[in-house]
Amino acid sequence: MSAASALKSTPLNSIHRALGAKMVDFGGWDMPVQYTGIIDEHHAVRRAVGLFDVSHMGEIEIHGLEAAQLTDFVTTNAVHNMKTGQARYSGLLYPHGGFVDDILVHKVADDHYFLCVNASNQEKDFEHIHSLNRFDARVDFSSPRYAQLAIQGPKARDTVQKLTPVSLAAIRYYWFTDGEVCGVPARIAHTGYTGEDGFEIYAASSHAARIWNEVLQAGAEFGIKPCGLGARNTLRLEAGMALYGHEIDASTSPLEAGLEWIVKLDKGVFVGREALLRQNEKGVKRKLAGFEMRGRGIGRDGYEVFVNGSPAGWVTSGSPSPTLNRNIGFCYLPAELAQPGKAIQIMIRNQPVDAVTVETPFYKRAK
Amino acid sequence: MYPDNFRYTREHEWVLVEGDTGTLGITDHAQQSLGDIVYVDLPKVGVRVELGKSLGSVESVKAVSDIYAPLSGEVTEINKSLADAPEKLNQDPHGAAWLVKIHLSAPAEIHDLMSAADYQAYIGAEK
Repeated sequence: MSAASALKSTPLNSIHRALGAKMVDFGGWDMPVQYTGIIDEHHAVRRAVGLFDVSHMGEIEIHGLEAAQLTDFVTTNAVHNMKTGQARYSGLLYPHGGFVDDILVHKVADDHYFLCVNASNQEKDFEHIHSLNRFDARVDFSSPRYAQLAIQGPKARDTVQKLTPVSLAAIRYYWFTDGEVCGVPARIAHTGYTGEDGFEIYAASSHAARIWNEVLQAGAEFGIKPCGLGARNTLRLEAGMALYGHEIDASTSPLEAGLEWIVKLDKGVFVGREALLRQNEKGVKRKLAGFEMRGRGIGRDGYEVFVNGSPAGWVTSGSPSPTLNRNIGFCYLPAELAQPGKAIQIMIRNQPVDAVTVETPFYKRAK
Repeated sequence: MYPDNFRYTREHEWVLVEGDTGTLGITDHAQQSLGDIVYVDLPKVGVRVELGKSLGSVESVKAVSDIYAPLSGEVTEINKSLADAPEKLNQDPHGAAWLVKIHLSAPAEIHDLMSAADYQAYIGAEK
């Protein structure tokens, strides 16, 4: 038996292969890492539009009279004051304050919340939420029902608008609308993971191929490119967005990861709140910092960081930035050192290479 | 695609032997697997390299890979143009983007390397 047969695949797997994508095992999923090349695809998103298959992402739905109470109890950001049609970035925490996952919460109705979660965490997330459900609510594992496509870039709206009667201009950033795309029911969210304007479309798995093909046709006049997980990573890194398993995991808290803004300590009781209150009081020992290489080399995930000749932390993500033409990354540092402008060294193949901490995001689109 | 006068390693390097000089590079298969190459680290002229030992590295957007010496010898020349234009390795890995030339110290080592046909069968089976 080959290892590949154990991998999970999205409804678009054969389309990726027909397009000549290079496929990789991404957390147990057989996913396209690139089609024409990471840099090429990255530029397509920054300059025009790119199409990503992100159907590996998980969906968990919470229904019931107390759906809002359960969702508020298991997440860090506020749920009770969300309006129908709104989406919010949030965290699922363990009682000790570490991340179970980072997620997007969509309010579909007063008694219905739709959570988009990371692919490799989805079963764990479902068990976690389910085990904490002491409310009048039902938790459904909906991932198999949904495909998800991300259309991202300055021409994303023009591309998708050709395929839907829904006025996309009327969907504010981090809001969504349920309507039709390519004549089939779809949830159209004005969200993304690239730092560029764009939409994420959730639809029935059986309609994924149709939407994928029509988006590529609609975007052809703008130079649309299918994009893989390689470009998704360089784009999110430039935009200063965390990736589970890198900047955040069970051992890191939102306060350490620079995600205070998704923590609402005053919203009432939620899982992890006590731990975060204690961290807030004492101050956290380490913090996430962005860095730019000064010397030649790329500081990559897991490389050690030195300050004044002593070990001080480690790199969580690092990559060339195709947009900025510099080598960038994130690292954890002692909190007192985690501010912009600090000289650090990153051990690259046993050689210390100079870098400097910088403000993030590394890239911000012009509005 | 894979020149018949080259010999190939399981780690996806190629070598062209002319007299007692070997020209080394990475294969088209290697550059395809790596994707966009952004750095090439090569040894200095005069360094002794040993069969199967790392002599440098190639770095793509996604990852770093060692380059292993397909034969033993002493480095006589390096391809300096790659420092400023590493993307050449994606474009012409079997030609303009050769990596180093070495003066062979054990030319008989070549008998352990693969022919073009064997290498193609090898990468076919690897998929």
